Amino acid sequence: MSLLELRNLTRRFDDFVAVDNVSLTIAKGEFFTLLGPSGCGKTTLLRMIAGFDTPDSGRILLDGNDITQVAPEKRPIHTVFQSYALFPHMTVAQNIAFPLQMARVAPDKITGRVNRVIEEVRLSAFAQRYPHELSGGQKQRVALARGLINRPRLLLLDEPLGALDAKLREDLQRELINLQKEVSITFIFVTHSQDEALALSQRIAVMNQGKVEQIDEPSIIYSRPVSRFVADFIGKINLLGAEVIQIAETTMVLQVESLGAISLPANKNAKTGDQGVIAIRPEQISVRNTHQHSETTHSFAGKVLDFLYVGDVTTYVIELANGARLEAMLANATPGVARFFEVDDTVTVTWPATAVQFLKE
Amino acid sequence: MKQSNLLLWLMAMLVYAFLYIPLIIVVVYSFNDSRLNAEWVGFTFDWYDKLFRNEEMLIAARNSLIIAVSASVLATTLGTMAGLAIHRYRLKVLPVLAFIPVAMPEILLGVSLLLFFLQVLNMTLGLISVIIAHTTFSIGFVAIIIRARLQGMDESIFEAARDLGATPWQTFRLITLPLIMPAIIAGALMSFTLSIDDFVITFFTKGVGEPILPIQIYTMIKIAVTPEVNAISTLLMLLTLALIMLATYFDKTILRWR
Amino acid sequence: MHRQNLTKWLTSLPPMLFLLVFFVAPSLIMIVTSFRFPGEFGGLAPLSPSETAAGEVASGPHGLTLEAYRFFFSDTLYAEIFLKSFVVATVSTLICLLLAYPLALLIARSDKRYRNLMILLVILPFASNFLVRIYAWMIILGPESALNHFVNNLLALAGFPPVMLLFSPFAVLIGMVYVHLPFMILPLYTNLEKHDPVLLDAAQDLGANRWQRFWRVTWPQSLPGVFSGAVLVFIPVLGMFAVPDILGGTGDILIGNLIKDQFLGTRDWPFGSTLSIMLMLAVIATTGLAAWLARARATVSPSSST
Repeated sequence: MSLLELRNLTRRFDDFVAVDNVSLTIAKGEFFTLLGPSGCGKTTLLRMIAGFDTPDSGRILLDGNDITQVAPEKRPIHTVFQSYALFPHMTVAQNIAFPLQMARVAPDKITGRVNRVIEEVRLSAFAQRYPHELSGGQKQRVALARGLINRPRLLLLDEPLGALDAKLREDLQRELINLQKEVSITFIFVTHSQDEALALSQRIAVMNQGKVEQIDEPSIIYSRPVSRFVADFIGKINLLGAEVIQIAETTMVLQVESLGAISLPANKNAKTGDQGVIAIRPEQISVRNTHQHSETTHSFAGKVLDFLYVGDVTTYVIELANGARLEAMLANATPGVARFFEVDDTVTVTWPATAVQFLKE
Repeated sequence: MKQSNLLLWLMAMLVYAFLYIPLIIVVVYSFNDSRLNAEWVGFTFDWYDKLFRNEEMLIAARNSLIIAVSASVLATTLGTMAGLAIHRYRLKVLPVLAFIPVAMPEILLGVSLLLFFLQVLNMTLGLISVIIAHTTFSIGFVAIIIRARLQGMDESIFEAARDLGATPWQTFRLITLPLIMPAIIAGALMSFTLSIDDFVITFFTKGVGEPILPIQIYTMIKIAVTPEVNAISTLLMLLTLALIMLATYFDKTILRWR
Repeated sequence: MHRQNLTKWLTSLPPMLFLLVFFVAPSLIMIVTSFRFPGEFGGLAPLSPSETAAGEVASGPHGLTLEAYRFFFSDTLYAEIFLKSFVVATVSTLICLLLAYPLALLIARSDKRYRNLMILLVILPFASNFLVRIYAWMIILGPESALNHFVNNLLALAGFPPVMLLFSPFAVLIGMVYVHLPFMILPLYTNLEKHDPVLLDAAQDLGANRWQRFWRVTWPQSLPGVFSGAVLVFIPVLGMFAVPDILGGTGDILIGNLIKDQFLGTRDWPFGSTLSIMLMLAVIATTGLAAWLARARATVSPSSST
């Protein structure tokens, strides 16, 4: 049995549909992420799971029990808020003890458990401090400890790393993954940062305008996006208009704008005449001086228009003979060399046929 | 920019002087050994002595204290509820009802309450009518202070409490109340001060029976000015001074009032 | 959620009821009273004809009437007093603005550590009893006071007859200004404190001198604060009676004194209510005007908000 099941959840605010008939299941022990741009409904969905909002229709089942109308304080679900929401008039220790007090754990047992947890998050020296005396990262850890101490069935995290600087974020991301594995509690993580989602999650649900577009493992989301939105939202992507001309058992032929006809492995859901786009990741495109023929790759001649050096990689903007523009990303393996090609260089771009995705529109 | 600062500084100091010198004169002359508030003759405590022997004055002081305590308890309770409700539920009507008495000329409130007490309630004017009147304009004051405090807080902590297992009542008792307590105390102190000092509304709603402090002072001013007035004024100033300093200690937002 | 609605009513109902009974109802009563006849010995005449013990209908006026309003408009005296009150309120507001601005500016520009203290020093005199503040000027302007002697000596030198500073319009003005000055200082300060000093640097950088910097950068941004303060001074001054009563002469009465006399002197309640209604309308008109001006400003100039 899954841990959490959402069935046809819908939530409207006047005319605006925040969550549109969303259904999904989350397994025990998963690190599950809701990913999407601002306004896609991920926070509303999270609040409904926590109990701060009631869906207009649909049901929420936890361990098979319908909790849709249950008050938040009665749900075995805790939340780590974006602003951490630490109680300013209580010390770190008192904050962390709070859920145990609410659960009516015996006072003498509380002290022991709280101290143990404070040690686990390495804040023993700060146990008697007040929230305003802590740094962002420390507050984060207190919020986490407080949310986990009485072992809820589910921990919800609402963009908890948003307020931290890049280096701290990376450190805490790693800590979060390890923490989740240790306590083996199901995490539902909400973020708009696709980097974060890809790094932390076991499964990602990409949301857009209240609907879930795709639920998959990170690598599948990245390499096999099912819609233009998902392809565009995650990572960088090259998109060109295409139409299905011919489709057979294992291959199909597409007419791609500015590229002509290309053949690639068949997409099961496509039919002749379908309009859409093809999607190719920049790092799948290799750039060379010479032309290379192969059965399994596509090659086109082009000219370097521009490039962007960011240290580890350089992205080249290449214009093909018939006007199409592609971005190709190459790793800077040679120290001290910022790029391999200059503007106006004539080059050949090549990618494997399997790297091309056809997305129907 | 230092030169312009000097001129500004000078003008500002003049205004400060304008604010304080009259009051300093009152205090100083309360120790003046002369009936006339004209020139300094010598130092004396006589006027304070006379004050404390003045039966009517003492009763008036006692009455004012009773009124102030009652009104501030009532106003703080109702005002805290109002401040909480206005902030949490974004009410439209209650803010208007609470804040207008604070903003409008006091005489209108005094007069309308006078009519109301005599015509509708048919009651004799006395301490009770004054207490009600003072409460009416203090509610808005307290509500403003409470609301300001709530607006400065991170809203999500109340949800966090519910999220971690607290019922709404527990959330109020353990989280909300401790956090607004400084504002409640400040509100109570401010209501008390407003009540002790109020003249206009008290003037209309007190009736003829009980003496009340500001009205006593008024009568003394109109009939026969003696430095006893200076003495009671000085004492009152010290009292309100202490109360306001105490209030700002509890809630600095008093300083940003309005 | 049911529980949320229950708490909403629990917390908002008590204060709401209290204010409905002791604020709204009295105001309505006052409006109705202005339409009634005055009673023979003060108070009000009954709404319906009363009956004596013998069952006969008593004589005398009863019911509703516009008599009080007719009376108000019949004599220019009342319009004059209203006008005088407006003039006093306007002049007091302007003087308060002139005095308050430098102080508010100084505090806003001071080091953060001192600002709270400086504001406290502004509030403290305000904390003293209202009557005390008026009484203080009785002492300063009194006929035996040093100030009065000094002024009269000057006048004598210039060949003018001596004057009495107290019990004059001059005293009333000073009293009004003195009592309400903090009401102008605080909102002004709250506004000025939020100004970004960088804007002044930018203006200086672009060639503006001190006066221009003030007039083109500081002043426009401070207008919302100026309006707040002006409203907070103008409205109470309009309705004030204690200052003219204590510091003014017999000819210096304002609306507030008139109203007070009707209720506690002649006991003509309907007329007193009429005067109060007129005052209320004046206050509403003023706040409406101020709000309209503030909104008009907000759309015209893209300056920072209050």
